[in-house]
Amino acid sequence: MSVLNIQNLEVSYQNQPVIKKLNLQIEPGEIVALFGPSGGGKSTVLKAVAGLLEDVSGTVNIGDTLVLSDKLNLPTEKRNVGLIFQDYALFPHLTVEENVAFGLGHLPKEERLERVTEMLALIKLSSSRGKYPHQLSGGQQQRIAIVRALACKPNILLFDEAFSNIDPQFRFELIADIRTLLKDQNTSALFVTHNQDEAFAFCDRIAVLNEGQIEQIDTAERLFNYPKTRFVAEFLGEGLWLRTQVASAHRLSSELGEIAYCGESSIESMVGQYVDIYLRPHHLRLEFSLDSKIKVTKERFVGQYFESTIEWFGQSIKVRTVYSFLDKTVKIKVDTNVSAVFLEHPSAP
Amino acid sequence: MSLGISGSEAVAETLPQPQKITEHAKGSRLAALVVSIFRTLSKVHLGGLLLAVLLSTPLFALFYEAIVGEGESFEYIKQTVLGDYIVNTLILVFSVGFLALLIGVPLAWLMSVCEFKGKSFFKWALVLPLAMPAYLVAYTYTDLLDYAGPIQIALRSWFGWQSPNDYWFFDIRSIEGASLMLALVLYPYIYLMVRASFLEQNAALTHAARTLGQSPLRCFFKVSLPVARNAIIASVALVMMESMADFATVHYFAVSTLTTAVYDTWLGHYDLGSAAKLSSIMVLGMFMLLYVERLQNGKKQTGADAKVSQQKLMYQLSTKQSIIAFCFCSLILIIAFVVPAAVLVGYALDYYAESWSTGIMTYAFNSILIAAIAAIAALALSVVLNFILRCRPYPAQKFSLKLASTGYAIPGTVMAIGVLIPLSFLDTSINEIAESFGMQGPGLLLSGSIIAIILAHLVRFVAIANKSVEASYMKISPSLDMVSKTMGQGGVKLLSKVHLPLIRKSALVASLLIFVESMKELPAALLLRPFDFQTLPTYVYQFASDEQLEIAALGAILIVLVGLVPLILLNRSIDSH
Amino acid sequence: MKKLVAIFLGLTCLTAVAKDSGSNDKTVNVYSFRQSFLIEPLLQQFTDQTGIKTKVVFAKSGLIERIKREGKYSPADVVLTSNFSKLLQLKDEGLTQSFQSAEIDQSVPAHFRDENGHWVALTKRVRNIYASKAKIANPSNLTYEDLGSADFDGKICTRSGKHPYNIGLISSFIAHKGEAATEQWLRGVKANLARKPQGNDRAQVKAIKEGLCDVSLGNSYYFGKMLTNEDQKPWAEAVNIVFPNQNDRGVNINVSGAVVAKFAPHSENAKLLIAFLASEKAQQAYASLNMEYPVNPNVEPSELVASWGKFKEDTLPLTQIAQYRQAALRLVDKVKFDL
Repeated sequence: MSVLNIQNLEVSYQNQPVIKKLNLQIEPGEIVALFGPSGGGKSTVLKAVAGLLEDVSGTVNIGDTLVLSDKLNLPTEKRNVGLIFQDYALFPHLTVEENVAFGLGHLPKEERLERVTEMLALIKLSSSRGKYPHQLSGGQQQRIAIVRALACKPNILLFDEAFSNIDPQFRFELIADIRTLLKDQNTSALFVTHNQDEAFAFCDRIAVLNEGQIEQIDTAERLFNYPKTRFVAEFLGEGLWLRTQVASAHRLSSELGEIAYCGESSIESMVGQYVDIYLRPHHLRLEFSLDSKIKVTKERFVGQYFESTIEWFGQSIKVRTVYSFLDKTVKIKVDTNVSAVFLEHPSAP
Repeated sequence: MSLGISGSEAVAETLPQPQKITEHAKGSRLAALVVSIFRTLSKVHLGGLLLAVLLSTPLFALFYEAIVGEGESFEYIKQTVLGDYIVNTLILVFSVGFLALLIGVPLAWLMSVCEFKGKSFFKWALVLPLAMPAYLVAYTYTDLLDYAGPIQIALRSWFGWQSPNDYWFFDIRSIEGASLMLALVLYPYIYLMVRASFLEQNAALTHAARTLGQSPLRCFFKVSLPVARNAIIASVALVMMESMADFATVHYFAVSTLTTAVYDTWLGHYDLGSAAKLSSIMVLGMFMLLYVERLQNGKKQTGADAKVSQQKLMYQLSTKQSIIAFCFCSLILIIAFVVPAAVLVGYALDYYAESWSTGIMTYAFNSILIAAIAAIAALALSVVLNFILRCRPYPAQKFSLKLASTGYAIPGTVMAIGVLIPLSFLDTSINEIAESFGMQGPGLLLSGSIIAIILAHLVRFVAIANKSVEASYMKISPSLDMVSKTMGQGGVKLLSKVHLPLIRKSALVASLLIFVESMKELPAALLLRPFDFQTLPTYVYQFASDEQLEIAALGAILIVLVGLVPLILLNRSIDSH
Repeated sequence: MKKLVAIFLGLTCLTAVAKDSGSNDKTVNVYSFRQSFLIEPLLQQFTDQTGIKTKVVFAKSGLIERIKREGKYSPADVVLTSNFSKLLQLKDEGLTQSFQSAEIDQSVPAHFRDENGHWVALTKRVRNIYASKAKIANPSNLTYEDLGSADFDGKICTRSGKHPYNIGLISSFIAHKGEAATEQWLRGVKANLARKPQGNDRAQVKAIKEGLCDVSLGNSYYFGKMLTNEDQKPWAEAVNIVFPNQNDRGVNINVSGAVVAKFAPHSENAKLLIAFLASEKAQQAYASLNMEYPVNPNVEPSELVASWGKFKEDTLPLTQIAQYRQAALRLVDKVKFDL
């Protein structure tokens, strides 16, 4: 039984559809990212789940409860979800302890204090219980916001760009801590972000959301290596589109030579057809060559390698090189397997 | 931000709110309004609109009169003096705004970023003139500066002048004089609001400008002033509205403005229709001021990010500069407060025997009661309206809030009629219903009662509360609402556990301001009071209007004294953030 | 907090009810345009004499509007006005009731009463000229018309042209001379003003004393009041009180008066009060306290007032003068008298 089950969710503002027929399931203890460009509707989905929107249709179940259907749009306070924001949303007029106890008014006092103590112990901030939010660091504030939500034993936690205000230096440490905490508590979470590193670090599965629709939902590794749409491929990192011809079940021939294919879907039936592939920097190797017209236009020394930028038929890409190739002409080599092909598209060379 | 003298604990706004989206569809605004009215009607939030409509009935009653009333005198006035009235009003309103700006902004700057001897005293003392009703300052200065006043007499005897033709002297009873008087008592609005804005400013901006080779003075003009622009414009708009609504001072100074014209038309020509028409012109002017102010509000204020401005900008003035600053502050304080207060105290001492009456304490109690109830009621109303707007940011709710704020520029006398019209209608209906059931009607319950006076003050001053509460609501991050709701604390609990504690400070500021204004307000009480009921202003007016201010000096001093207490509290609350 | 507000409002409501519903038969409610400290002593005498308590609302303006709006539930019994035009307005707006009383018929001459008993005048006040003793040598021949002539260039002080006292005077000028002549005269006066119209009648006398101007318009009783006030005595002593137009129509007069409100809940008491105010005893008090001329022919002015001499009154009926009120107001606007 899913903790969150979204079926055919549609949201519109002023008759403009923002979310179109969206489906999403989150299993108990699972952390899922809603990942996509700004304006793609990520926060809207989150708000719809939280019950903060009005023009919403579809079906949403949270835990055992039906919270949204044709006849029903359960108010936020009855949905038993926790919300975590970028700005932490700690009540500035309350102490840490009072913040954590905020949603526990229904409990007897002793039990309430016990819960608060327990929660603060989880994040090792027991000594700060009397402090006010502004006396704490951003990371500490966000930890408190999370246990404040956890204290209410929510069915699911909803994170809205929750880590983007945290200093990059501490961000991934915090993300790892929170992930461990959620896993320990077996709490599910839906995490809205536009930051790939955060999504990869925090989540079990990632749903790529574009123009109100989920393009693909998968683990980080599979999204990266087996993108199902051009959008997903491009959104997960820069690369180079290349037109190739299917030579056999495992071979593609192209201007850059023969390329090995080891994807999941068989291309045997497509022999002779043209397909596009998306080459990421790690697929490419540059070789010094006098008779090439491709030139390295920029380079940056990163430490163990150079990051050399080349222009290629209107596309530009940064490739790691061991030597400096600045202002030299190079040849592009593809040594590695590719695992995704796309039907031909006018934009690729 | 307008009256945003609040503490800035709240976190910056981050999430887009639904109302932003409605603003995109400008073409369909009206449609959206209609839709939202229906939506509002179909839900519980009827309350907000209803409240706003209730608050604006006096205004509608006036408009109704303006349209239905015959207004034959209006035609005549239009042909003869209306032009002069409008020109005078414009001159008055703009020169008060300008003068108050000239006084208020430099003071605000001195008090927020400069360090000099005596500053801690001036910081609160400079707010005091707000407790002084403009008409009292006008009375005292006329007594002093008139041809027959002590100053001109002294000058004549020193220089041996015989007649007014021998020399030139500033004529206090003129439009310039009236502007000066009003600016002297109204500048504290600008001082308070702009000071708060300077205090919130990020010092890094000025530091950056300094490193770019700008002198402190140039930094003031090129950085501090533009960044505080919103606060400046909002406060000047407030001052201009106040001066547009002033009656007592301009009447006393025989300056013919639209307010005096309304008065004349109604009471001289017995033509309520024309009076209402003239008032409508004023309401129009006020709407324009509100619009300008809102335009400014729409622009994002830069550099006032409360989170970043941990650094405080502070200049230690040199001895010479300190002396200049000290003299400037003293001069303003002396002219605006010490002299009028001293004249009043002088009168009170000289005429103590006639001045003291046992009634005076009752009058003071009446005044305080009315002012306190008006302040609390205005605050409660505006919190409810703003809360509803917050929960349902539809155009209809926004409109409600605007509607509820329009009473501010209506002169008190006109407002009194405006209040009388619906109240007496209500009273008559109550009696008729009672009689139709064969009972004896209760008589007039509402009109001619304290309730009528309170209502008039409420309608007139609720705008102050609205602005202040609105400003501090804008500083509360919407995510706090959402989080609170997820934790089961929605609706009234959200209001009481989250919003009220966060807007507490600016709500306090607003209610104190309303209290002070209401203490000074004369016309509504004069016109609507029950039998044998006096407030301090009506008591003072009774004598002052007969040019016997001396006898009422004690009452006048009480008005000022009672007003001082909340002002000092108010000043503290700004500093402590 | 909302509860608190509710409690507060409830309380005020109760007090308001308590205040208004005390309509026992031993009270009379007075709406007064005259300042309460002026009428307080008279009302006290009335209460002492009859045991009827008086309740007063004083306002210089807006009371008629209030009565009108209050309609038939208005608590007002008696309205006291300080000039004739308000009496007439009350009657014209249908806010008065007619009442006949032998006592009043006896004490007030017919031309100071409405023929149908809708209003009664209580005191006469003269709109005279104050002339500087030092500057105006032979004041007895002064006329209102003189004030419009070039001889008085820069020598006149007055209060606002729109003040009911001045409007009364201008109305009478129109009644006698016609609108065109009045306009011309008014323009002349305006041109002769030493300063923009401002202050009250006393302030003009003070200005004469200080040498700012030579003549001013003012009501007669202020002269008496100034003479009995320690600070103002020097002002009054600097001027002569002049009753103009003694060789033709006589000096302009106005009246203060009273009406019984149409829906007066205590109309009997109201009539008693008005009869009392017209009685010899009260008229004497008026004369001595307020320095006004009594309407009751049996009562002599106070000694001080009598010492200013006898004079010829303008006998044109007040109702006839009052019909030019509107025209007078418009003329003041037209010549921009106050601007």
